Amino acid sequence: MTKPERDPYTGLMTTGHEWNGIKELKTPIPRPVKFFLALTILVSVLFWVLFPTWPYGSGYTKGILNIDQRQLVAEDLSRSAALRASWEEKFSTTDLAALEADADAMTFVRSHGARLFKDNCAACHGTDAAGGPGFPSLVDDQWLWGGESETILETLKVGINTRHEDTRNAEMLAFGDQGLLDADQIRALTSYVVSLSRADELSEKSVAQLPQGKELFAENCASCHGETGKGLRDVGAPNLTDDYWIYGGDVDTIRATLRHGRKGVMPFWDQRLNEADLRLLTLYVRDIGAQTK
Amino acid sequence: MLDKHAKLERNALAFVFAIIFVASIGGIVEIAPLFTIDETVEEVEDMRVYTPLEVAGRNIYIREGCYACHSQMIRTLQDEVERYGPYSLAVESQYDHPMLWGSKRTGPDLARVGEKFSDAWHVAHLINPRNVVPSSVMPSYAWLMRNTLKYEDMGLHLSALRKVGVPYSDEMIENAAQDTYGQARPGSERADAFVERYGEESNVSLFDGDPDRITEMDALVAYLQILGRLTDVAHQSSDSAQQTTSTGSGD
Ligand code: HEC
Ligand code: HEC
Ligand code: HEC
Repeated sequence: MTKPERDPYTGLMTTGHEWNGIKELKTPIPRPVKFFLALTILVSVLFWVLFPTWPYGSGYTKGILNIDQRQLVAEDLSRSAALRASWEEKFSTTDLAALEADADAMTFVRSHGARLFKDNCAACHGTDAAGGPGFPSLVDDQWLWGGESETILETLKVGINTRHEDTRNAEMLAFGDQGLLDADQIRALTSYVVSLSRADELSEKSVAQLPQGKELFAENCASCHGETGKGLRDVGAPNLTDDYWIYGGDVDTIRATLRHGRKGVMPFWDQRLNEADLRLLTLYVRDIGAQTK
Repeated sequence: MLDKHAKLERNALAFVFAIIFVASIGGIVEIAPLFTIDETVEEVEDMRVYTPLEVAGRNIYIREGCYACHSQMIRTLQDEVERYGPYSLAVESQYDHPMLWGSKRTGPDLARVGEKFSDAWHVAHLINPRNVVPSSVMPSYAWLMRNTLKYEDMGLHLSALRKVGVPYSDEMIENAAQDTYGQARPGSERADAFVERYGEESNVSLFDGDPDRITEMDALVAYLQILGRLTDVAHQSSDSAQQTTSTGSGD
């Protein structure tokens, strides 16, 4: 420890520490640093006064602006609700058929409905609503439950095979796994199902199975898919005679369907979306269906 | 006064204590009041606990680092409420140890994803997100379907959670492994016992669609399907403006 002394070059004092002749300057804190430090303290005091800050045992200081995040967002939401009110009112009360005939309404459906569809439905049905394996196309004019606007609206509200109390139920039984049909019968039925849409593809061996398949179909399948296999909308059973398949029309997939069953789930939306949004989506789905054709 | 630090700096032990004291002020001011202020965590009656299968799924969610891209916290902002649903309340993560609020969103918030999609969609999406969302940048987690879930020790997980305040009963802890199985096997005897213990509202399903094995996929999908559904309180929030809207805030 030496004595603090004035440094001849800078004119500042040293700290009085010395290491092998090296001495340390005692440079004061630069002014800008002091300035900004004071400023931050000032700002924080300002915040203490204006905003909720200091906690005490059983509560916290509320600040003179009396700001509450929840109230702010509630105000924002009611402001945007007011902006939407002009069309929400129209879409939630006007008859769907009347809206479809209204060109202005449909222009709005095409822009706003597209966004709703992308946000909520595209993950399953695809951005173009053409579906994918396990998720049906909505533009092919082949409906499980029906393409009328009221039917679609109901499907959106309650979903298919969901927890909703009014859910639509549609189950294709696991005929193989549950031992209702044996492997032979499933093979015959598979050939028969293929024959409904693409009879020309069958091998001779498969053609020989058709009479057995037809009989089994009448016994086991017609109650849901109809005598002719064209599907029944009351039970959401698909048409098996067209070239559109939810899961797949190749022999392996059909056989898997018959063995393990199918129970596709369409979520219910009446708790996530409001009436106007649901009706907008209904119109949107019908509209893209019509345009794709 | 400004010169006093010279003295402090020469006394190592005192200096260490001084640092700890100053550094802890910020923490204490933020944390301590949470233990005493009632308003922080709302009181709700219908709050459910995570089932053992969901706890297992949550552990996988943490292990795989899903929180690095997904938050589970809808903030009190208009666009968030309109896109995801009612903002998150503290009570909704009351049984989250650790909480998974997250702060990074490469993907969307998941706080209300429960029941938005079907089990089959989650399975397809986790195996390869590009199967269902062609432009997705989310990694594929196909091995979850191959890995058999280890669930014999779920009782230990539950009792650890009970130590930090989750109200699991002795019965739940004792039967944790059986309940894990039961939740993923609809129609089985264990499924009935599971529903009896955890209530009608709980989700019994063949989550991954494979009836032969309980996989890690089962657990993770069960967990995703419960997100935002442990209590309905956020939906009943007294603010009438906090209604369910999702008018599409864009992509
Ligand atoms: C989790 C995936 C998923 C999401 C998200 C989804 N759907 Fe579906 N949807 C399905 C499945 C699966 C079916 C078929 C159910 C079946 O196989 O019985 C279906 C069926 C439908 C049907 C009935 C089709 C018919 O032929 O009768 C309509 C209409 C529909 N969805 C519209 C929508 C709309 C609009 C949205 C967005 C609000 C939406 N879906 C979101 C999976 C989904
Ligand atoms: C209880 C009613 C019911 C019975 C009985 C039934 N099905 Fe189905 N089937 C359905 C439903 C509902 C679906 C649609 C399932 C879905 O979309 O998840 C379906 C789907 C299918 C599919 C898949 C179609 C596709 O687009 O991929 C095939 C194939 C099929 N059934 C064949 C049969 C055959 C063959 C039988 C007789 C052994 C049969 N079904 C009996 C209700 C039934
Ligand atoms: C690299 C970042 C990343 C990681 C890690 C990640 N995700 Fe994602 N996730 C995304 C992106 C981006 C999307 C949006 C595109 C899509 O749907 O695939 C998404 C979408 C989702 C969705 C659909 C949400 C919705 O509302 O549309 C779910 C569910 C999901 N992820 C679950 C998970 C789970 C579970 C994990 C961990 C196993 C995980 N993610 C890991 C980036 C990620």
